[in-house]
Amino acid sequence: MPGFLFRRLGQAVLVILVVGLLAFLMFRFVGDPVAAMAREDASVEERAELRERLGLDAPFVVQYARFIARAAQGDLGVSFRNQRPVAELIAERLPATLELVFVSTLLSLAIGIPLGVYTAIHKDGWLAHAVQTTSLVGISVPTFVTGIMLILVFSVSLRWLPSFGRGEVVALGWWTTGLLTPSGLKALLLPALTLTLYQLTLIMRLVRAEMLEVLQSDYIRFARARGLPERDIHFRLALKNALMPVITVTGMQIGGVIAFAIVTETVFQWPGMGLLFIQAVSFVDVPVMAAYLMFIGLVFVAINALVDLVYLVVDPRLRNGAASRGA
Amino acid sequence: MRGTMNKTTTGPVALALALGLTAGAADANTLRWAFQGDVLTLDPYAHTESFTSSFLHHLYEPLVRRDANLDFEPALAESWELVEPTRMRFTLRQGVTFHDGSPFTADDVVASIERLRHPDARARGNLSAVTAVEKVDEMTVDIVVDGPYPLLVNDLSGVFIMDREWLEANDALLPGNMTEGVVTYASDHANGTGPFMLESRQPDARTVLVANPDWWDEPRHNLERIEFTPIGSDATRVAALLSGEIDIMFPAPLQDVARLEAAPGVTPLQNPSLRTIMFGLNHGGDELHAMPGSGKNPTADVRVRQALWHAIDMEAIQARVMRGTSRNAGIIVAPPITGYVEEIDTPLAYDPERAKALLAEAGFPDGFAMGLDCSNDRYVNDEEICVAIAGMWAQIGIDVQLTAQTRSNHFAKVDRGETDAYMIGWATLPTMDGFSPLRAMLATRGEGWGGNNPNGFSHPRIDELARAVAVEIDEAKRQAMLQEAMTIARDEVAYLPLHQQPLSWAVRDGVNVVQFPDNYFRAWHYTMD
Repeated sequence: MPGFLFRRLGQAVLVILVVGLLAFLMFRFVGDPVAAMAREDASVEERAELRERLGLDAPFVVQYARFIARAAQGDLGVSFRNQRPVAELIAERLPATLELVFVSTLLSLAIGIPLGVYTAIHKDGWLAHAVQTTSLVGISVPTFVTGIMLILVFSVSLRWLPSFGRGEVVALGWWTTGLLTPSGLKALLLPALTLTLYQLTLIMRLVRAEMLEVLQSDYIRFARARGLPERDIHFRLALKNALMPVITVTGMQIGGVIAFAIVTETVFQWPGMGLLFIQAVSFVDVPVMAAYLMFIGLVFVAINALVDLVYLVVDPRLRNGAASRGA
Repeated sequence: MRGTMNKTTTGPVALALALGLTAGAADANTLRWAFQGDVLTLDPYAHTESFTSSFLHHLYEPLVRRDANLDFEPALAESWELVEPTRMRFTLRQGVTFHDGSPFTADDVVASIERLRHPDARARGNLSAVTAVEKVDEMTVDIVVDGPYPLLVNDLSGVFIMDREWLEANDALLPGNMTEGVVTYASDHANGTGPFMLESRQPDARTVLVANPDWWDEPRHNLERIEFTPIGSDATRVAALLSGEIDIMFPAPLQDVARLEAAPGVTPLQNPSLRTIMFGLNHGGDELHAMPGSGKNPTADVRVRQALWHAIDMEAIQARVMRGTSRNAGIIVAPPITGYVEEIDTPLAYDPERAKALLAEAGFPDGFAMGLDCSNDRYVNDEEICVAIAGMWAQIGIDVQLTAQTRSNHFAKVDRGETDAYMIGWATLPTMDGFSPLRAMLATRGEGWGGNNPNGFSHPRIDELARAVAVEIDEAKRQAMLQEAMTIARDEVAYLPLHQQPLSWAVRDGVNVVQFPDNYFRAWHYTMD
């Protein structure tokens, strides 16, 4: 186990360094921060001075090395846009994004798994077909369209739910949560639903495909032959085995959803990390972009490691294998 | 209060009401305001953005402010006079207090201006002429400039005064430092003299102001609170207004104006702004970037530049692209700006035949290839304007290579001088004076001049005028020189002016606002029914 964690840590550092290098390589194509920061009628000299103060006159490798050196000491720098410490900005936005992703993933599992099981068991039923077809809409409509449609229906026409923001939040130490206030919960509904629709289809289809495969396998047939109740066969035997790939994909997707919550956060003005990143891109806010991209790299590595750990718990064969390798 | 549920209450809505599900109910006289971006910082000297200035003007005040006609009027200074050509004396207003109750005195002015002049203050270019600030007595301050300087009052109208005791107590007497990552207390807190006080701030989410009961001026507004929210997405901002969650928002996207007009309970407001949209042209290059190796620069010839102008049908652009909301221009400054000349403020006539003749005369009867660079997220309908004009130029035989890209890339490319024709907008803010484009766009680049003149426009008389205007105190002479410069710029087609773009706001009925051409939000002029 310690060996496993150690290897993962090494991988994490490598991934983050590479992501950072690529990020700095890319920033020059995003634009020139000085153009965004200088006064409109600044002289050439004024701009050159600003460039120098920000260290933007150095080649990108040097800028990258400086950033890494400071980041290694825990200093992620100061945002060009609003001149606040980047670490503080990320810490402030993290709860909003994580709550959104957590709630939407929970929702999509809670809806997706039963639907997947149902469509697998009744694979020729008309309802299963209807669910299957409808779910295609979920995956083929772009997130921003889903978001705007939900706003038009629930905010503009019905006026039930807010179209933007996070509502009232409650601070629990450095964490802020919208889950404890009515306005926070109302504000969470539409963005969470938008993200849920995006994840739901995949989870449902995956569960269905895995279930169909498992239901064909010998041990299920034996179980049927032994006359075990259908309910036990479906949920205790089949579903448990069908869940392995679902765990992997959901885990991997959480990384993706955190990264792609950008679109949802932009549509709903959800004050999370995705919105922070979008604002940073339009302002060419190099420290924020770099920190965000490297942070997302870290999230992916961490989630991969977690998924592997969950495997060990769910699948006893792996546990034995790991133990014998470790010995 | 005007209810947010003033439309027909239907079944589900009644249910929603019963469940307490309705969105965004407002208190009496709370103005809920949305803009596309957030206030960058609360530190008035740490940014150079006009929206942030406009917001901070509610918290902080300058010595001299703009009145409803955008003329100067006393604010924290009661009067001012030039005691020497380079020294202006300001008599400060008695009895003004900051939001924390401490009195406003000369020390605050001195501390503020020194803080702004500090090398770490990002906005220090806004007051570059000032060399010293001296306290004469408790309520009198002298501001000294490096030479005769006519725009000191203009500059000071954008300099907000902070409280010295407060800055000292919170270790914020020096501005933050980007290089070393120093952030000050003043970035997230505020203590000004303005008509509103800061109640709370969550960056990028919500900033709440409450009316200052001890404001020195007679309030014309009847607002109790202002709740400001940035909403970046155009569609969401419009939806939030339509759903009654906000009372006022800008910019209102032009493509949604018709929808806002049709919607009950909201009104779009559109007026020409100060911002003139124009094309810069390649004057000094040996050859156009679109014709490498040709050794030819057609736009160095004034006839070609006139031809480009004659080829543009501004009426069509105004009617179709701008939906009648813009004001076509013949010079590069708008009417309220010092240096404006009414007689020449008309575009060259739309005349493609004349344009072709001019091209032939200049030796390009078959046209030529030229790049056209535009932003696609900076000005109102910027990309659409460029697409339309590229088509018009194609009619006279010009092979236009259009590049439309995001602002940070566009302006960086322009600044490097890598463009042939490029779009730029100029509002002359905060000075509202023709010297701003004269210094930055028309003067030959170098020694602090021509910061926005990357493509080598150079005219000896303009350079002479720029240096003379910079130090001319006599207002009439100054204005005559500015007008001469604007006339030369038009004759030479130094820039190809298009129009003043509209301000586009939208408000909920019952909110009475004044739309200022500088696009500043001045809520102390607003009332709510």
